[in-house]
Amino acid sequence: MATILKTDKLRVEYRSREMRQTAKVALAGLDLEVHAGEVFGFLGPNGAGKTTTMNVLLGFVQPTGGAASLFGIDVRQPIARQRIGYLPELTYYYKFLTAEELLRFYAKIFGLPRGEADKRIDQLLKLVELESARKRPIKSYSKGMQQRVGLAQALINNPNLLVLDEPTSGLDPLGRMKVREIIQRLKNEGKTVFFSSHELGEVETVCDRVAIIHQGELKVVGRVDEIKKSRHATLEQAFLEIIGFQTQPAP
Amino acid sequence: MKNIFAVAGVVIRELYRRKDFYVLFIVTILICLVMASVNIFNDDKIVRYLKEICLLLIWISSLVIAITTTARQIPAERENRTLLPLLAKPLTRNQLIFGKFLGCWLACGLVLICFYTFFGALAASREHQWPLPDYFQAATLHWFMLGIIVAMALLGSLVFAAPSSNSTICFVVVGGILLVGRHLDQVALTLSEPSRGIALAIYYAIPHLEFFDTRDLVIHNWPLIHWEYFGLAILYALVYTAVFLAGACLVFRRKAVN
Repeated sequence: MATILKTDKLRVEYRSREMRQTAKVALAGLDLEVHAGEVFGFLGPNGAGKTTTMNVLLGFVQPTGGAASLFGIDVRQPIARQRIGYLPELTYYYKFLTAEELLRFYAKIFGLPRGEADKRIDQLLKLVELESARKRPIKSYSKGMQQRVGLAQALINNPNLLVLDEPTSGLDPLGRMKVREIIQRLKNEGKTVFFSSHELGEVETVCDRVAIIHQGELKVVGRVDEIKKSRHATLEQAFLEIIGFQTQPAP
Repeated sequence: MKNIFAVAGVVIRELYRRKDFYVLFIVTILICLVMASVNIFNDDKIVRYLKEICLLLIWISSLVIAITTTARQIPAERENRTLLPLLAKPLTRNQLIFGKFLGCWLACGLVLICFYTFFGALAASREHQWPLPDYFQAATLHWFMLGIIVAMALLGSLVFAAPSSNSTICFVVVGGILLVGRHLDQVALTLSEPSRGIALAIYYAIPHLEFFDTRDLVIHNWPLIHWEYFGLAILYALVYTAVFLAGACLVFRRKAVN
């Protein structure tokens, strides 16, 4: 199976601006491989290094050491991002635009011809169930609708790899379910999805494999059922055990 | 170029969907119409005062629109986190800067067309003439001056933390240049070293925005500016705009986006 995303001993340090302060290690030699067509969950507590990893993959942060590649191309080369779609956590899109205008703007950046862009916009608005609201300004959208328009913008170029940073963050159960359904449909279409989440139930439902990182280090990687089986626990219990959290016995 | 035009298109759309321009335009129209309706001291040359007030309001409005629109562009992208999906696409940071600049500058151009059309109509209602070449020179120089200010505000938006502080600093700097910039060399002669050297250095370093202020020519119907000088002024504006844009690109390249 082709490797779509790979990190090799990836290291990121954030230097402190204050004197005598040591650099903060955000990633300490992360090794990851994501294969074509799989939904890969990237788990870890807050500050574990999930967003930093995504930022390196998207070229926002330069790695201090190691290497990262997308489709076999070094992430430092912009061409590596031509075939990816990215949904950041909690983004408030241009509120003066409508969903249709927003998607047309992003389609222009990818250089999609007008006819193809129109077709793609129609497909995506149908996929994220925003057809009826396509002409309404984004400022009138609920949080769930904004997240779905974000998902549509991430898919405008029909990407082979989708990078989602906590896609269901801040959504109500219905909104989560809709986003989960969309991820499931993308998986059925053969797309590779790399996403971080705190929602372990959701991860369990949609992911083929997961990686758990803590304090910038990869703790475990494998299939959800294998992780659960090896530890004789639910994914949540396994997760807490892996990150070294001691659960209190129920009274 | 398509990426630059795509970003610029969003900026222009933002301008005409916000209320800022409409408020300033309507206020200018109302003030000018009220002034035009009164006849003070039976002065038959009252139209000159009317033109002066109208042009002053146009200058103030255009500066407000140029600075406030530009100052919020990149900070709003960061605050709303739209910068992340944007830069995750095949769009370079330089293209984003040039797109934002082009959008703000073209938006200022559209604003000036509206304002100068109103000014021309107001002046024509009293003077019964349309000196179009004069208006063309005045509006074009005005527009290129706004190009320098837009590029400066864009650089400021990457250096200063908040759009409000950037806007305030830009207003102070632009106001300072327009009011005292032309006199700095004379002030320098009255000073002793090292203040003299500093004042002269500032005099030669700042963009002399007063070169683009041709209000008197329009108000008093003076002859046209020689086209060579007009061309040199445009070139001067382009050089300063390029310097500020290059600075903005350099700063943005080093800036963390997250």
